[in-house]
Amino acid sequence: MAEVGAAAEHGDSMWINMGPQHPMTHGLWNLKVRVDGEIVVEALPEIGYLHRGVEKISEVREFHKVIALTDRLCYVSSITWSHAYCLAVEELMGVTDQIPPRARYLRVISNELQRVASHLMWLAAYGPDLGILTGLLWALRDRELFLDLIQAMTGMRMNQNYPRPGGVRNDIPATFERDCTKVVKHFMGKLDEYEDLLGSNKTFHMRTKGVGVISPEEGTEWGVTGPNLRASGVACDLRKLDPYDAYDELSFEQALDKDGDSFARYAVRMEEMRTSCDLVLQALKKLPKGPYRMKAPRRAEGEAYRRTEDSRGEALFYVCGDGSDRPYRVKIRSPIFCTMSAVPTIMRGERVADVISIMGSLDVCVGEMDK
Amino acid sequence: MGVAEEVKGELEAKFPKELKSSQVLRPRAIRVRIDRKDLLPLAKHLKAAGFEHCSCISAVDWVTRYESVYHITSWRRNVLVEIVAEIPHDDPVIDSVYAVWHGADYHEREAWDLMGIRYEGHPNLERILLPRDFQYHPLRKDFPQEVDRQYISRRKLGGG
Repeated sequence: MAEVGAAAEHGDSMWINMGPQHPMTHGLWNLKVRVDGEIVVEALPEIGYLHRGVEKISEVREFHKVIALTDRLCYVSSITWSHAYCLAVEELMGVTDQIPPRARYLRVISNELQRVASHLMWLAAYGPDLGILTGLLWALRDRELFLDLIQAMTGMRMNQNYPRPGGVRNDIPATFERDCTKVVKHFMGKLDEYEDLLGSNKTFHMRTKGVGVISPEEGTEWGVTGPNLRASGVACDLRKLDPYDAYDELSFEQALDKDGDSFARYAVRMEEMRTSCDLVLQALKKLPKGPYRMKAPRRAEGEAYRRTEDSRGEALFYVCGDGSDRPYRVKIRSPIFCTMSAVPTIMRGERVADVISIMGSLDVCVGEMDK
Repeated sequence: MGVAEEVKGELEAKFPKELKSSQVLRPRAIRVRIDRKDLLPLAKHLKAAGFEHCSCISAVDWVTRYESVYHITSWRRNVLVEIVAEIPHDDPVIDSVYAVWHGADYHEREAWDLMGIRYEGHPNLERILLPRDFQYHPLRKDFPQEVDRQYISRRKLGGG
């Protein structure tokens, strides 16, 4: 780090704007980096371009109408976000224990399908970041299968509006179990092909190994969560730690790695897709019969929070009610918003060409970051 | 006795006067309510007791008072503490916990930006989501929404 200090003293460094329109950003935000030659001396994320005021708009809509908004927090991971919101509202209404078993299993299935689709979208974006266009094509091809499943389940490819306080919107079609099993098993075979394409690819290793290391202490201190923190070896999977829905009735291991670099984050996400597929199969097998939704109250009073393991980390909703049929306050904790605060620390001392590899591996989603 | 009762007991023993109330929310979560002046000692104590992750900081405008709500997690003990710190409405200032958890950085900036609560001691308390020259703090209850143009909610807004 000696040269970093020297550059700052002599003022030979220069600022580069990576964004708001840059292929690296995958959305609209700006990373200002100050470089001395190849070395990044300082990095400043500038966010807020996509701020839509979801929290404020929620305050004038009825509880169930907010779901249309939470869907759009992250369009690649709509179900998991609406699901987190519904859990918080159920807690506020005091009906958490009364959710029908079938609804809890359907939520697990829809969440895990969405998680795979979201991770595949990340993989599709990460490939071209590193010059591997095949990654994009393969991942999008397989993502389409999962979107088809979600469409069969919910009626829509994206922005599904599926979870409800008290359960889910509709039951699955009769052929769903057959189709889902077929697709998931097919995809589990495909995952080995990804291993051949990326995991054993020398160029991929050179671009990702030892790059953008997040230490467990640093990651925890800055509030990094999800796959990004598990890649550093911290066991922080909320499906295990704070089980919701039917996760405590299914058996799975959280994916962990210890290196904390871009490659570890890739490996954790790949492993997570395998886990998700396995969870879907288990949940389909155990899927109980019965109603898929209960009648939830319209009004609620008090404060409640719930957190879930979103595709990108810890999603937390803090919802207040004042006894009317609309939330008094909705606070959204977005995992990527917090991860972004760690970016200046992660970037310091890295090479400018690796900025793309690091930011790509963090899986930035601007919609949820800017709310 | 679950881990939540354990933590609740620890906090009650350490801060007998400061805690206005404390309750177990779920087997792995408790809620404590304090005044804003007691926030930093409590935060430092929690950090030393293994609560290393600052999940979330939310600001709420209850019209008669503000609240700054902290969700603090311990990964190792697997328990969450929700701290509700009360702030008078005419003086929205509270100590920053940035020095205790760096993860509070963006949360506090966001709460300042949208709710207008000043976090004393934050190194860079600037607007984060809204433009720098924006004049208002839109999540406050006295900031009106354009409800006239909303198709669905207009009729119901009158009657509630």
